[in-house]
Amino acid sequence: MSSKDRILGRIRRALRDDAPAAPIPRDYLPVHGARTPAERVDLLAAHLAEYRAVVHRTDEEALPALLTRLLAERGARSVLVPPGLPAHWLPAQGPARVPDRAEDTPYRLDRVDSVVSGCALAVAETGTIVLDGGPDQGRRRITLIPDHHICVVRVPGQVVDSVPQALPLLDPARPLTWISGPSATSDIELDRVEGVHGPRTLEVVLVGPQ
Amino acid sequence: MTGTYLGMPAFPEAAREAVRDEVLRANLRHATHTIRDKRARAVAELADWDRLRAAGKAVKDHTLRHLDRYLLQLEAAVTAAGGTVHWAADADEANRIVTELVLATGEREVVKVKSMATQEIGLNEALEAAGIAAYETDLAELIVQLGHDRPSHILVPAIHRNRAEIRDIFRAEMGSWGRPAPEPLGDDPRELAEAARLHLREKFLRAKVAVSGANFMVAETGTMVVLESEGNGRMCLTLPETLISVVGIEKTVPTFRDLEIFLQTLPRSSTAERMNPYTTMWTGTTAGDGPAAFHLVLLDNGRSDTLADETGRQALRCIRCSACLNVCPVYERAGGHAYGSVYPGPIGAVLSPQLRGTGSAIDASLPYASTLCGACYEVCPVAIDIPEVLVHLRERVVQGGPVTRDGVRVTLRPADGHTAERAAMRAARLLLDHPGALRAGERLLARARRLAPRRLPGAGRAWTDSRELPTVPAESFRDWWARERSTPR
Ligand code: SF4
Repeated sequence: MSSKDRILGRIRRALRDDAPAAPIPRDYLPVHGARTPAERVDLLAAHLAEYRAVVHRTDEEALPALLTRLLAERGARSVLVPPGLPAHWLPAQGPARVPDRAEDTPYRLDRVDSVVSGCALAVAETGTIVLDGGPDQGRRRITLIPDHHICVVRVPGQVVDSVPQALPLLDPARPLTWISGPSATSDIELDRVEGVHGPRTLEVVLVGPQ
Repeated sequence: MTGTYLGMPAFPEAAREAVRDEVLRANLRHATHTIRDKRARAVAELADWDRLRAAGKAVKDHTLRHLDRYLLQLEAAVTAAGGTVHWAADADEANRIVTELVLATGEREVVKVKSMATQEIGLNEALEAAGIAAYETDLAELIVQLGHDRPSHILVPAIHRNRAEIRDIFRAEMGSWGRPAPEPLGDDPRELAEAARLHLREKFLRAKVAVSGANFMVAETGTMVVLESEGNGRMCLTLPETLISVVGIEKTVPTFRDLEIFLQTLPRSSTAERMNPYTTMWTGTTAGDGPAAFHLVLLDNGRSDTLADETGRQALRCIRCSACLNVCPVYERAGGHAYGSVYPGPIGAVLSPQLRGTGSAIDASLPYASTLCGACYEVCPVAIDIPEVLVHLRERVVQGGPVTRDGVRVTLRPADGHTAERAAMRAARLLLDHPGALRAGERLLARARRLAPRRLPGAGRAWTDSRELPTVPAESFRDWWARERSTPR
């Protein structure tokens, strides 16, 4: 008998005399509180900042100048660019753009200073941005290896209130990365330290009508 | 489970050792109280906490009730998405499968994401025996591994170590595993985390094979979910060419939507955050992004036997948040090592004797490692009635009775040396069978709480030398429950 048959057989014997399971109560809240779109964006900004992400707000027009400034402040000489990042977000001058190429080794990505990406959506109640590998986000490793990640969120359109609102908008067939603040550990006497293996600095730029 | 724990003394002896260790007690007390208070605040933010908890319980119970069907659905979904599914009835089989998969890649080292399941089966030792080095990459697990130590907490495995001890371990050991610790190395957590970053980065960048567990597996879509904080998980789950995940069969949830419950309750219960920094979800393989080969090893190892016990099976709902450890007065004083298992604290006291049976002294003693105060049940996000299971297991140890071992129904004989407990059990059952008497007793205790001494006089003094008397709550749990539950919110 295969182990699969053995395990399934044991499970079936264990459950033999059981009544069918009770239905799952779904009376928990789809969202905690009522907010206007502006309040939703404010809450996202507050929760991101609480977990030590650096939050900026700007409009479409001023975005390239802001991104240029943020990269310059970090002294970034190179920046990883997902294949579908809108061309006008980064001006031609500034740090060298590194495309995400399949043949590049992790070692090569480790030498890049910063990465700029978009996102699939953001969740206000938990201060979370979600990446789904879309063209303006690229594959998972490019937002992981560089030490500095700038993530651009279009507001209010890409912001939802809650986790229950976020899941139906995501496609489980795509690789998903949920990011709430920069990499952190509390393993040493429970002192929170930001930046262990993921990017030590996460800057979130909220772009929309001001 | 693992050979590491063989020959462990029974809980009372191990705990006696641990409570004499002042440093350990101070580290533990600080840590558990800090998380416990933060958790209460994080939970209070959600007005629907009780309903999320009830839903989480119901999803898990429903899944367990139809586990055969959901496992088959999961296997089909993972396979359709490009993954390969393996079934492992016990630890040896799981270790053999993983070892063969690693050897087939031609590699001799793997990076690991913190995983209780692989600790349970002793995978690192099995790989080592096959000439494969397994590197733990979670900071706390790294501390434990470098310190030739054992984890003592589910979430913060090195909770028993303070910063000075960690610095000494890094200095002494990092060099023999890879990049040595920078010199000079202070004991500031920031500096220590940086040393770990440098040490592990060289491993991440060259790794070709990774081994992980998973917090959840979605039957409907084949999606695997890992929650973490440091980014070591993301590194292991996305950079290597081959990913092998060893996951207990009870980690299944039916639908993608069900994650909305656990993504709200797990982070708040475990790290007391609204959301942990990183959650990775993947479904099979994705061309061009992440590992080209994905293997899922479905692990039974005593779980289907546990399922056969109608009272005990609720332990399979556990989502390993560790909230019950942080509120447990026994864990706080004894520490995780005393439980002699990878699952310490209240959940360990009910899970280990079920997964392993109560044949050894340590496993027979675990159901007694509790004051039955009920704090673990109150915080548990999937409402596992740990005290109920403890009493049930005590009865089994003392009186024997039917259990399922390796799929076969057998009748246990009463354990030796439990005559006194047998008498106590009869008294306890009298009380438990007469809820009115129990309720009255609890209320009386609550009313007399101000009279409770911190230390016992007379012969009891020696007992309180290594213990603090538990504080009696202002209201009995039953009263609180009745009041809270009858108030509609
Ligand atoms: S038993 Fe409950 S509280 Fe304890 S670790 Fe499991 S889920 Fe968390």
